[in-house]
Amino acid sequence: MVTDLGPVIRTRPTLAVWKFASCDGCQLTLLDCEDELLGLTGRVRIDHFLEMTPAEGADRDRARLAGRGPYDLSLVEGSITTAEDAERIQHVRRVSRRLVTIGACATAGGIQALRNFADVDDFLTAVYAQPEYIATLETSTPISAHVPVDFELRGCPIDRRQLLEVVTAYLAGRKPQISDHSVCFECKRRGTTCITVAHGTPCLGPVTHAGCGAVCPAYGRGCYGCFGPSSKPNLRSMVAQLRRDGMSERDIQRVFRTFNAASPEYAPVPDLAAEEQQSPPA
Amino acid sequence: MTTVPPPLPYRVADAWDETADTRSIELVPAGEALAPFSPGQFAMIYAFGIGEVPVSASALRGRHGGLVHTVRAVGAVSTALYRLRPGDSVGLGGPYGTGWDLEAAAGHDVLVVAGGIGLAPLRPVVHTVLDRPAEYGRLAVLVGARTPADLVYQDEIESWRGPARVEATVDRPGPGWQGAVGVVTTLLDRLDLRPEGTCALLCGPEVMMRHTARDLLARGLVPHRIQVSLERNMHCATGHCGHCQLGPLLLCRDGPVVGYDRVADLLLVREL
Amino acid sequence: MSADTRVNAVPATASEGLVMGKDGMAALVDVLVRRGFTVIGPTARDGAIVLAELRSADELPYGWGVELEAGRYRLRERSDGAAFANAAGPQSWKSFLHPSRVREWSADRVEGELVLTPDRDAPPRYAFLGVRPCDLRAIAVQDRVLTGGAYRDPGYTGRRSGALLIVVECTEPGATCFCVSMGTGPAAGPGHDLVMTEVVDADGHRFWIRSGSEEGAEILAELPARPAGPETREKARADVTAAADRMGRTMPEADLRELMAGTLDAPRWDDVAGRCLTCGNCTMVCPTCFCTTTEDVTDLTGDHAERWRLWDSCFDLDFSQLHGGPVRASARSRYRQWMTHKLGTWYDQFGSSGCVGCGRCIVWCPVGIDITEEAAALHDWTRSGVTAAEPEEG
Repeated sequence: MVTDLGPVIRTRPTLAVWKFASCDGCQLTLLDCEDELLGLTGRVRIDHFLEMTPAEGADRDRARLAGRGPYDLSLVEGSITTAEDAERIQHVRRVSRRLVTIGACATAGGIQALRNFADVDDFLTAVYAQPEYIATLETSTPISAHVPVDFELRGCPIDRRQLLEVVTAYLAGRKPQISDHSVCFECKRRGTTCITVAHGTPCLGPVTHAGCGAVCPAYGRGCYGCFGPSSKPNLRSMVAQLRRDGMSERDIQRVFRTFNAASPEYAPVPDLAAEEQQSPPA
Repeated sequence: MTTVPPPLPYRVADAWDETADTRSIELVPAGEALAPFSPGQFAMIYAFGIGEVPVSASALRGRHGGLVHTVRAVGAVSTALYRLRPGDSVGLGGPYGTGWDLEAAAGHDVLVVAGGIGLAPLRPVVHTVLDRPAEYGRLAVLVGARTPADLVYQDEIESWRGPARVEATVDRPGPGWQGAVGVVTTLLDRLDLRPEGTCALLCGPEVMMRHTARDLLARGLVPHRIQVSLERNMHCATGHCGHCQLGPLLLCRDGPVVGYDRVADLLLVREL
Repeated sequence: MSADTRVNAVPATASEGLVMGKDGMAALVDVLVRRGFTVIGPTARDGAIVLAELRSADELPYGWGVELEAGRYRLRERSDGAAFANAAGPQSWKSFLHPSRVREWSADRVEGELVLTPDRDAPPRYAFLGVRPCDLRAIAVQDRVLTGGAYRDPGYTGRRSGALLIVVECTEPGATCFCVSMGTGPAAGPGHDLVMTEVVDADGHRFWIRSGSEEGAEILAELPARPAGPETREKARADVTAAADRMGRTMPEADLRELMAGTLDAPRWDDVAGRCLTCGNCTMVCPTCFCTTTEDVTDLTGDHAERWRLWDSCFDLDFSQLHGGPVRASARSRYRQWMTHKLGTWYDQFGSSGCVGCGRCIVWCPVGIDITEEAAALHDWTRSGVTAAEPEEG
């Protein structure tokens, strides 16, 4: 079978950037590629990117959201939190040859997936003066829960170099050079002294997906997992270590309940943290 | 000792379909040429900007005098190689690895057993034995494939019939298939095997090679007269990257062709 | 016991050598800098003794020691002011000889032609100051891997051939050290340009220094040093000999190569897999682990490509990736690969053990997995009467 790495790119392919429930930070990463942006627009035609282009078509309002396509490459930011968005992502998939999710919201549900662990109506009444105006789903779900996704780029926000790698790899017809291993690889490659071992600082690096360049540990701060889980993380052992580094059951639960809270890999954490609480290490 | 060089530029002299997902490419040097390859040795082929993969030579001298490689499009690099057209450029490194020990086969019946595209590294063996019949005993070629459409080198295989005993089998027969159905080991029953005078060369999926070797041992072949060509992840082909380990072996250096006596136990250890 | 595992407690250099004070150490760094070397040595930074470029001997970790345990490293002040009374830190010399990221070559598409250009920038000439005997052995191990076979790695060869090795023998092993078990220390083996032993006692803070090469002798001649008296020599030898008796860890008394080959089915691998984070830290800090991966990158024009090589680890799921999935998917198989390679199959591949007993993998494992403890558990298993199960047909 010929894998769907897409066609060999001979003409200037079209690019679309889409926003769902998110803060816009990942889309802005594309605009942050200041040195490469002109080169990029020479290789791809940015056809749909509301952060930087006027809307297409006569029916301005619809076109703003919908975009007619088809697009060779779609970058999708944000999670699905409304019924309308659940339909819109189907449209995006239909008009996209290749769909790449960018960031923790689109890939794991984002910080807004904290609602998945509670009653969304409680949040509505706590936050909004008139909650009856709010129409939202009970859960925040990643794009992959709704449509097939060709590649998922991690991070909150995504890393600029990794975004460029995804686009250049697409243009070259190769696999993006993006690894699923731990942040520890990046700490060691850049020569950072391990802060857990040398200072006893709790750090999620050993179970967190690389890609950020190990920024936090380089500044003496423990990794807090904004790129989500690495491949096959051993959370039982990680949770036990966080306990040894002084974290309470509540702290451990909370450190995994951030931007990638709804990652399925993290599901056992509350039980593991409680278990550890009952049997502290000798 | 050689200092690891970057790949040398080679040009695609010819490219043709073998099956729906498999093509052969013939490569000729754009300038300096690599040292000659032996049957079973492999090259690292670099697709510009995409990456490098190990591919055994499927013929040592094609119609244009170049090296022939057969690739199946399964990953990014092999898909890029699959799409090459005459005139395109690639980088080429090699020859790497051990190759088939044909000296050990001299004076023996040669039994070639291939699964799918595993016939590619064995094809130069068939060429060698057919070219020099006086040096070897009888030649038998057993080929297995998923479907008749997945059989590579079909026309050429037909031309081997006569000087060689050729048998083919498929897992799933299509309309018009007159041949055998089932795994390649079932073809062994059709041979008049002389266990003490036969050298067997196997290439295909690991499970196929294990079962074939097991059946050959049961028929009285000794393990060191069975050679297998093994595959592992390879990044450098020069013994430096560590990826292609199989227990004590670095397969880019100690393989890909290894005597079955050296690997029989290793292949039984799960996830080694 | 093979020659490789013999206790190496007698200094290799028989010469009586010279003795110098801290001023001599200062002069040594100055001489090296003046001779054009990039001097790399230990310095206290970020709560650890790291290896970094030194401009002067003042940057050496005078007065710093370390407290080591499995998964734990702490800097401790020392009252004696010694610079080298500390065991292996978070990095090793491979960070310089076999760096974590190097460009190997570039490829350009020029009018349809492929032009491949190797990266052959002249490397800096390194002087490594403060190489511990275990690490000296580790360099020799990587030499065999990267230059001792049919192919020589060009970048490594360039960096290594120009490197000046100044060894400081070990007088203060850490709680995680086991060089005696591996036969690599605490006294220096062959292969150095200069070797020193640091002595601090009532007679002062001084270094007994001997040359091991012509270039070492030339440098030594430029230093403010005087012939070493018997007191200094004997005290130095006694300190090194005493260090051999103060190893924090030992390997089990067994042929480790056979132990590894015979325990592939041991239940202990499941036990360690329960603790292992597969984070790869042990391989990255190991001074002999050499595995690398390649990255082929392109720029936006699509006409320029580069081949980069990065440190890789057998703990990465992608490491054994084949079409159809990784060969070593379980944590069990990945930890087993690392340890059996290090202690066992390294002999088959490169003619020696891959372990030098520096203890870094024990210290820098975030959950404190201890290779000596794992080896001991495997050894116990072989003696427990449980016969190894027949390998499963998989």
